[in-house]
Amino acid sequence: MIPGISITEILTLSTILFFIGIYGFITRTNLISILISVELILNASVINFVMINKYLYPDILQGVLYALFIIAVAAAETALAVAIIFNLYKQTSSVEVKETETMKF
Amino acid sequence: MDLNSFFLMRHELLLLVIILLFVTAEIVIPRKKKGSTVHLAILLFGLHTALGFLTLEESSLFGGMFRTNSLIHFFKNVLNIGVLILLLQSADWLQKKIEKQNRGTEFFTLLFCSLLGMYFMISAGDFLMFYIGLELSTLPVAALAAYEIMKRKSSEAGIKLIFSAGLASGVSLFGISMLYATTGSIYFQDVIQVITTTNLTVLGFVLFFAGLAFKISLVPFHFWTADVYEGAPISVASYLSVISKGAAAFILMILLFTVLKPLMQVWENLIYVLALATMFTGNLFALRQHNMKRFLAFSSIAQAGFILLGLITGTQLGTATVVYFVMIYIFSNLAAFGVVQAISQKTGKENIVDYEGLYRTNPRLSLVMLLALFSLAGIPPVAGFFGKFFLFTAAASEGYYLLVFLAVVNVTISLYYYLLVVRAIFLRRGDNPVPHFSNQLYMRLGLAFTVIGILVLGLYSPLYDYIYELSGVFN
Repeated sequence: MIPGISITEILTLSTILFFIGIYGFITRTNLISILISVELILNASVINFVMINKYLYPDILQGVLYALFIIAVAAAETALAVAIIFNLYKQTSSVEVKETETMKF
Repeated sequence: MDLNSFFLMRHELLLLVIILLFVTAEIVIPRKKKGSTVHLAILLFGLHTALGFLTLEESSLFGGMFRTNSLIHFFKNVLNIGVLILLLQSADWLQKKIEKQNRGTEFFTLLFCSLLGMYFMISAGDFLMFYIGLELSTLPVAALAAYEIMKRKSSEAGIKLIFSAGLASGVSLFGISMLYATTGSIYFQDVIQVITTTNLTVLGFVLFFAGLAFKISLVPFHFWTADVYEGAPISVASYLSVISKGAAAFILMILLFTVLKPLMQVWENLIYVLALATMFTGNLFALRQHNMKRFLAFSSIAQAGFILLGLITGTQLGTATVVYFVMIYIFSNLAAFGVVQAISQKTGKENIVDYEGLYRTNPRLSLVMLLALFSLAGIPPVAGFFGKFFLFTAAASEGYYLLVFLAVVNVTISLYYYLLVVRAIFLRRGDNPVPHFSNQLYMRLGLAFTVIGILVLGLYSPLYDYIYELSGVFN
């Protein structure tokens, strides 16, 4: 529990973070920025899990444990995404989204 | 927990041993002898598949995080057979292209890791195990999609897959956190007892559903499918469309029919709309494709729409028909992708126009393709007809007559574009047909297995009864 702060404020924060992530994912034109947006979305849910655990169900640490796993998996995901972006960069010398538009409807 | 109960995870443990063997082989086997790893992989995985058929008792491990029962066990065997056929079909490509770059063992490690993730996903007993399984099954496939490092399209496919996967899992996690907020537990058995239709639960469910909808490429989340299938190596596209989609459809069914059953009024409407949107979009876009891989991608989107028809029922009949349909779909799609792979491997041609006159030069391949397409379209003698027929029966028995009618309209549309390919192969002469070639032994075996699967599943009815019997465990 953080004194003076209720769960509503924290959930508002995480929801704002989530939608910043979604907005960034759709509008950014740089692959690295998109990756950062995905991280924002994942971190919004991490905050959610930890805070719901702390405020609503403080007896069992399920949410905190879940958060730890999300962080670990997110790290793996980022590493893999960066590796693939490197690979594209080797061929096109650019990390812009428009480089990934050779296949379309 | 004694040693005996540990063997409930026999599938997982065996596969883990194989993965570790390949990691070791990467280091130990000298570069010149790496060519034999393909044979080793097929041998070991064949053994694993055979051992998988031994019986397994029903139980759960780790305080309910991991559970197994006869239907899950059966479905793991189906996935095994699918991956074995896939390995046989891709052996030639691996030997000619990938072994030259000395990257064969990595391919097997990644592929088996992804399969391991699917095992854990379908026998998950709580949301944590489910999430880890989902990620473990998706991330290696993204690496595999970007596997042909010299091709730009391949990197593109990898990027599109991993970003869409990241977004989907993020959205789905946000949904799970809401379900956790309302129910106070992440264990399925605790969630079932307390879950009710409140606003927050419904919002959480919808977000959670989005993550799985991405995996089986339902319509608002299908944009990655065609691009990834076109850019990725064919065996990876085949893996994505067959094994990955099959496993995701299976776990979605389990979750809807057990944990989220109290929300049935909500997900009935959701699936109703999504089924229609998915079938129509998949079929209408498939009409205008010229590339064979894109064509199969849209056809697989449409097939996902048909799977939803079985999911909407929530009954034992629904479970049985979905499992049966997914099995048939695995064999039919593997056959189609196998033929595409054989032709692409020998000639590099992937467009439908290039298939003109194929029957005159390669009659046997053409017949396999014919069976596969007839099975996907649902023409009576082959298995696909029965799969679709049972799905429609299940949906109609719950009173969804309009939905079934629109699904039948979709079958008619799909018949048109499947027959376009059949016409190109059998009736057109073609200016520059694919020259005659003979396939490697592994490819022949792989195609033969799919043909046997398509025919036997359609003609041997006790198999369906067996699946129906197994399906009782979830209702």
